[in-house]
Amino acid sequence: MANSARRDSPELPDFSLLKRLARDQLIYLLEQLPGKKDLFIEADLMSPLDRIANVSTLKQHEVDKLYKVEYKPVVSTSDQLCFLIRPRIQTFYACEAVLEEQGMFGDVTTDEWAFYLLPLDDDIISLELPEFFRDNFLAGDQRWMRTAGSALHLLHSLYGPFSKVYGIGRYSKMAYESWREQVEQGEQRARQAEIGNVFLIDRDVDFVTPLCSQVVYEGLVDDIFRIKCGCVEFSPDVTASDKSVKVMLNSQDKVFNEIRNEHFSNVFGFLSQKARNLQTAYDKRRGMDIKQMKTFVSEELKGLKQEHRLLSLHIGASESIMKKKTKQDFQELLKTEHSLLEGFEIRECISYIEEHISRQVSMIESLRLLCLLSITENGELSFVTSNYGVDHLLTFSNLRQLGLLVEQQPGETLTVMESRVGKLVNDKTAGKLTDAFSSLAKKSNFRALSRKLNLVPKSDEEYDLRVPRDMAYIFSGAYVPLSCKLIEQVLERDGWTGLEEVTRLLNGNEFAVTGQITSMSDRIILVMFLGGCTFSEISALRFLGREKGKHGPNGCSVSH
Amino acid sequence: VTFRCDVQLKESRQAVNSIQRLVEEDDDEDDVEKVSWSGEPVGSISWSVKETAASNQRTDREPAFPKIPTDTPSLSKSQSGYSLSSLFKGKTKGGNFQSFTDTLSDSSIRLYAPELRKPKSEYKDYVSDWSPEETIQRLQQGKTAPLEKFRSLQDKLLLLDFAVSAHDGNVITAVLIYLKRTLSKEVLFRELESRQTALRHFIHYLTETKDQRLLLELLRALGRTEDVALLQYKEHLSIADENKRRDFLKSCLSLPFSAEDSAHVQDHYTLLERQIIIEATDRQAERGGKVEIFQKFPRRASILNMPLITTLYYCCFYHYSEPEGTYSSPLNIRQAFKISEKQYFVTALAARAKLKAWLDVDALFTSRNWLGFTRKKSPLSFQRVVDVLQKNSAPTQVLQDYVGLVEDPDMRISLAQKHKCHDIVINTYRDMKDRQQLLGYRGKVGRGSAEERKIDELLNNQQIRWKN
Repeated sequence: MANSARRDSPELPDFSLLKRLARDQLIYLLEQLPGKKDLFIEADLMSPLDRIANVSTLKQHEVDKLYKVEYKPVVSTSDQLCFLIRPRIQTFYACEAVLEEQGMFGDVTTDEWAFYLLPLDDDIISLELPEFFRDNFLAGDQRWMRTAGSALHLLHSLYGPFSKVYGIGRYSKMAYESWREQVEQGEQRARQAEIGNVFLIDRDVDFVTPLCSQVVYEGLVDDIFRIKCGCVEFSPDVTASDKSVKVMLNSQDKVFNEIRNEHFSNVFGFLSQKARNLQTAYDKRRGMDIKQMKTFVSEELKGLKQEHRLLSLHIGASESIMKKKTKQDFQELLKTEHSLLEGFEIRECISYIEEHISRQVSMIESLRLLCLLSITENGELSFVTSNYGVDHLLTFSNLRQLGLLVEQQPGETLTVMESRVGKLVNDKTAGKLTDAFSSLAKKSNFRALSRKLNLVPKSDEEYDLRVPRDMAYIFSGAYVPLSCKLIEQVLERDGWTGLEEVTRLLNGNEFAVTGQITSMSDRIILVMFLGGCTFSEISALRFLGREKGKHGPNGCSVSH
Repeated sequence: VTFRCDVQLKESRQAVNSIQRLVEEDDDEDDVEKVSWSGEPVGSISWSVKETAASNQRTDREPAFPKIPTDTPSLSKSQSGYSLSSLFKGKTKGGNFQSFTDTLSDSSIRLYAPELRKPKSEYKDYVSDWSPEETIQRLQQGKTAPLEKFRSLQDKLLLLDFAVSAHDGNVITAVLIYLKRTLSKEVLFRELESRQTALRHFIHYLTETKDQRLLLELLRALGRTEDVALLQYKEHLSIADENKRRDFLKSCLSLPFSAEDSAHVQDHYTLLERQIIIEATDRQAERGGKVEIFQKFPRRASILNMPLITTLYYCCFYHYSEPEGTYSSPLNIRQAFKISEKQYFVTALAARAKLKAWLDVDALFTSRNWLGFTRKKSPLSFQRVVDVLQKNSAPTQVLQDYVGLVEDPDMRISLAQKHKCHDIVINTYRDMKDRQQLLGYRGKVGRGSAEERKIDELLNNQQIRWKN
C-alpha cells in the first residue's frame, strides 16, 4: 500500500511551479496581441491547457470567445484570431516556408509557446507529446530532441543542478547532448538541488514491457478506459447513471491513491474493507442527539460523502473491468503472455494466438500478442500474418520498421555475412551496408537478457501479491519489467560496470556521466522515458522507490 | 480468485448502495473532482519574465558535464565525394578531403569546444556573416539566420552535416528545405544517399507535406522499390468510389512488392472485385423484398471494403447453402483465399449459431468414416465450441451434444453443471466410478425427476465397482 512507504523517503519537489511557468508564458504571448481576440484551441491541447489555466485567466487577457480548431472555415467577428496549435511541421522555419508557399506570409505572425512539461501528479511529469514515439522511432525524425533537451534543461534549472546522469539509447544520448549544450550556454544559479540524479531511457530499449497486459489497477484503468493527460472518462456503466463522468486520477483522490499501484486481485479486498468502514462511520449517526448530529454533519459528513462518491466510482470501474476481462478469457491471455516471457510451451502459445486471430476477438490484442511472440522468440511466424494481411499490409510494414515484428533471421549469420561483405567493398558502401544491417539486426535478444538480469522469477514458488517482494508483482510475479530492472541495476552499481554483456545485448549506447557539482540530494531520481512509459512501469518504480527510500518522479513523453 | 473477487465486489457494491440513500438525502452536488476550467489564481508575468531574463545571461565557466561520444558522421562523410570544388581548392591535405576545421571561416571555433567559445556579447549578432556551425547554433536557439548565402555545394553539405551532428530534427529539416529549393533533385538525392539521418528527415518531411510525387522519385532513385510499391498502394485509401478503387488496386498488381506483400495485394484486389459483385446482387435482392433472409435480418452495412473474415462471415450468414461455383459461396471464398480450416470453421460456426441454424452447426462437425459411421470432429476445442453456442443462447439439447464431447472430464463436468446438462454429469460420474460425487449431485436435480430416478438406478446397480 502506498502508505507503507519508508518514513525517511525524501520529499518530492514542488512541480506545480512548472504549471505556473507555462501559464505565465501563455499570458505573455496573449499580451503580445493587445486588444480583443478570439482564441482557437486545438483539440489535443484542451486537456493540457485545462490543467494550467482557466477561462477567467484567458478572459482577463482579452480573450473573447473560445473555439476548437477544426477543418472548416472560421466564422468569427473578431479582428484578431489567435490559434493555439501543436505544430505538425515543427520548425519555425518549416512553418514559415509553408506560410510563404501558401501566400500567407506577412498576414500571420507566429510565436512559440514554450510549454514543455506538465506535472500530472506529485511524481509524474509529462511532455504530452503523443507523436513523439511515431516521429522518432518510426520516421526517424529527430524533431523532438531539442524539446526533450529543453525540458530537461528546465527541470535542471528549477530543481537541479543534477550531479549524475545515466542513460541508454540513441535518443537518450541526443537528449543529453542537447541539454548539456543548453546548460553551457545558459547560466546556472547556485541553489539547493532537489533532483540529484537523472536516468534517461529510450522506449525501444524495452518493447517487451509495454506489450504485456497490465494488471495493476491504474494500468488496467488505462488499458480499458484510456487515461489521457491524467484524466479518465468513465462511461455510464461505471457511473451507474445516464452520463459519463470525467475524473482526475491522481494522489488527491484518496481512494485511488491507495489502490493505484496494487495488483488487481488485492483491489477488491481493499474496496470492500473501505466500504465497511464507511458504513460504520455512517452508522454512528444512529443514537446521536441533536448536538452530536450537528457536529457530525459539519465535521464529518462532507468527507464521508466525498469518500463515498470516490469509492462508488472505483467499485464501478472494478466491476466494469471484471466484466470485460472475464468476457475475453483474460486468464488464458495472461497465461500465454507469461509462457512467452518464460519461453515455455511456445507451440501452445502460437496455437492460442492463431485461435485468437481466427476468432477476431480484438485486432489490437492480436497484434500485441504477435509482437510479443516475435520479440521474445526473435522471429515472426509468417502464417499468422496472412489472416490480417489483406487489411493491414501497411500496419505490418510499420511494425517491421519499428522492429516490433521481425522476420526470422538468425543473428549470428547476419554478423558473419556483414563482415564478409564489408571486406569486399570500399568504405563508403560498407558504411551504407552497416546502416542497412544494423536496422535488420534490431533483434531483441530478450531471452538472453532475461537470463542475465533474472527477469522471470522461478515459477515454482508461490508469489504473494499482497506482499510484493520485487517489481515482478506488477505482472503477477511472472516478470520484472526490463526497463525498471535496468534502472535498478544501474543505480545500485552507480553506473554500467558489470553490465557489459547486458548493454551489448541492448545494442550499446549506454552512458553514465558525473557533473562537477556534487549534489547532496541524490535520493530523488528523475527517470525520463523517451517515447512513453506504462502505468505499470510507474508502479514498479514507485515500489523501487519505497524499497530503497528513494523517489522516482517520471518525466515521460506519453505516447499511447 | 475470480470467484472470491466477485463476492467481495458484490459486498462492497451492496454496502455502497445501502449508503446511497443516505447520501442522496442531503446531496448538494458537491465536489468530485471533475475536470473543468479550474485553476489557481493568476500568477505574475513579471516573475516569469525575470526567469527568462536570468536564463539568458551567461557567464564564463567550466562545462559542468562532459560530452559523450555519439555516432556523429566521420569527416569524410561530411563532404560530397562528387564535389568539384573540393578537388580544386588549394587547401587540401591528405587526399581529396579537407578536414572539418579547414572549411570553417573562423578557425578558432571548433565543433564541441565550448571552452574556446567567446562570451555571447562578443557574438557577431549584428553581422550576418555566420559560419555554417554558427548558423546551425542560431537555428537551434530559435533565432533567425539566413541560409541563402551558402551557395556552394560544399557549404550546403557542411550546413547539413552540422545540423545532423547537432541532433536537432527541426534544424535538419530547415536545412533540407533550403537544399530542396536550391539543389537539383539529382544532386540532392545523391548526397542524401550517404546521409541516412538526413534522408529519413527528408522522407518524413515529404510525407508530411504530402509531396507524393517527389517522394516517389526519391525512393526510386534510391532503389527502394518495395517502399515505392507500398507508397503507391497506400493511395487506395483516398479513393472512395469502389470501382475506381478496384481498378486502382488492379494497377498496383504489377508494382514491385515483396513476394509476400504481392500475394496480399492480389488478394485485396480479388476481394474487392468480389465484394462489388456480391453487393450489387444483394442490394437488389434486399430491395426486391422476396428473399426471406434479407427481410428477417436486414443488412446493417454494405459489404464493400470489409475485411476478408467479415466477408466470409457475411457469406456464411446470407449465402451459406449456395453451390460452390458462385462468388458468394463461403466454400468458394474459402478456396479462393486459402482460408485455414480452423478460421473457416470458427467463422461459419459463429454465423450459423447467430442464425440459430442448429442443423447447420451439427452438419459442420459431422464427418463420415469409410464405414459410413458418423462422428463429430472439430479443429477447435469443443470447450470453445460450447462457448460460442452458449453465447448465441443455444438450447440445452444442442449444447449437451457438444459438452459431452469435451475431452477433459473435469472440464466436461463443470461445463455440464453450468449448462444444466444433467445426463452428462451423471454419466461422467458413473464412468469415473465416483459414488460420492453422484450422491452429492442427487441433491441438485429436481425431486422426482427423471434425472433423480437415473441416479438412484445407478446407485443401486450392484455391477458398478465404485471407487468410493
